Amino acid sequence: MISDIPASIGRNTLNQVQTIGRSGVFLFRSLAQAFVPPFRIWRVIKEIQFIGTKSLLIVFVTGLFTGMVLGLQGYHTLTQFGAEALLGSAVALSIIRELGPVLCALMVAGRAGSAMTSEIGIMKITDQFPALEMMAIDPVKYVISPKLIAGILSLPLLTAFFDVVGIFGGYLVGVNLLGVNEGAYFGKMVTAVTFTDIYGGVIKSLTFGLLIAWISTFMGVTAQADTEGVSRATTRAVVFSSVSILVMDYILTSLLL
Amino acid sequence: MIIIENLVKNYGSVAACNHLTCRFEKGKVTVILGGSGSGKSTLLRQVTGLERPDSGQILFDGVDLSRVHKKALYAQRKKMGMLFQGSALFNYLNIFENIAFPLREHTRIADSVIKTLVTMKLEMVGLRGTEHLMPSQLSGGMMKRAGLARAIVMDPQVIFYDEPTSGLDPISTGVIDKLILDLNQKLAITSVVVSHDIESCFRIADKIIILFFGEIIAEGTVDEIRNSTDPRVMQFITGAPEGPIPFTRTKTNYLDELLMR
Repeated sequence: MISDIPASIGRNTLNQVQTIGRSGVFLFRSLAQAFVPPFRIWRVIKEIQFIGTKSLLIVFVTGLFTGMVLGLQGYHTLTQFGAEALLGSAVALSIIRELGPVLCALMVAGRAGSAMTSEIGIMKITDQFPALEMMAIDPVKYVISPKLIAGILSLPLLTAFFDVVGIFGGYLVGVNLLGVNEGAYFGKMVTAVTFTDIYGGVIKSLTFGLLIAWISTFMGVTAQADTEGVSRATTRAVVFSSVSILVMDYILTSLLL
Repeated sequence: MIIIENLVKNYGSVAACNHLTCRFEKGKVTVILGGSGSGKSTLLRQVTGLERPDSGQILFDGVDLSRVHKKALYAQRKKMGMLFQGSALFNYLNIFENIAFPLREHTRIADSVIKTLVTMKLEMVGLRGTEHLMPSQLSGGMMKRAGLARAIVMDPQVIFYDEPTSGLDPISTGVIDKLILDLNQKLAITSVVVSHDIESCFRIADKIIILFFGEIIAEGTVDEIRNSTDPRVMQFITGAPEGPIPFTRTKTNYLDELLMR
């Protein structure tokens, strides 16, 4: 019936708004639990190992090739104006301001975010949350909070690593392959990159870390309790995190510039 | 001892618990029997504090679990052990760490003592030698026993079993039954078993409570239930497809629904 259409639009909108509200409450509760003793520092370290250390290789490879491509593209553009000496600053600025935080976050969302969602989903299917409850352990504090804290802490570190590797990649192509002067590459970089650029990159990566951990854990907790539900939640976690990283990147850039 | 008074829990218009009153006595095995959807799992979730009732009281060791705050509830939980239907072992920890988990979380016992305690509990359930295996490497019956070892590692006063024998072969069922009885005797605890396995129930129960649509329709010893003349009880025990307990839950008339189209 025709009257069903507005009703279903209304119902869907209400559902969406409710989900957003619930995810906000979920984030607040989980973060608050992280600051209530006893502190689970060991759990946070383990999660940092999972999100951070185990992402090092993939971040290294993406960082290296991003820097190399930037070196190549930048060189060909800059030589047209005879400004290839600026290659170092061009590579460093694009990586530190934009590509480092964004690409790194996208890689982590794909690797660690999806794993977080499916891990939580499986714990949910197999009754491990009530099992923790029955052992007098708060599942939110034990499972969720450490992941959020670890996500917020890991991303800036990984991004810093990405930045260094990327700049090195640009150096490999620019200086070693195409013959840009080494002194110019690093010298121009030092004068061009200001503290504001680095600070902006850190702010972005902190935000992205929170976004990935928040979306991935929330998708896991709200996954439908069957195998299909978990696989759907995992896909949704990656898609939602990736899209929100890009949207948030625009918002943050416009605020920081 | 657990005393349940006038417990009410509704899901929408469905009454999962309809003014339930019963007690689980210390040192005895109480079995809650009922078909699917009879409210037995809901009752268990409320008695363990996983869900709050709409009204009524659950007295556990003198504390009303239907009203307490999280901290007090957790304090009571340390006296409870629970065996979940799918055993709910942590899939990322091996059997030893699974069983040691509550000890590591709640006590400051030295590692060597934890090892002794875990070995003792594993011996009780006949799983010594599987410490290093992951839960996925165990069979269904072994997983249940490992889950049981974890449930008793803190020496609880009450153990809850959620369908402990469902999905097990006859021998594993017998092993679990024997374990429930042994533990009940050795540890002098309160055992509460939720089940729909009549045979196993008759072997282990000191007291049987039969639920039907959120209400207790029979309560008594094994003999009393066996000799019951209530047609609903008789149907449940014999597993007759025809009887006062309907096969279908639909309330609308079949013919009416067919003719509506």
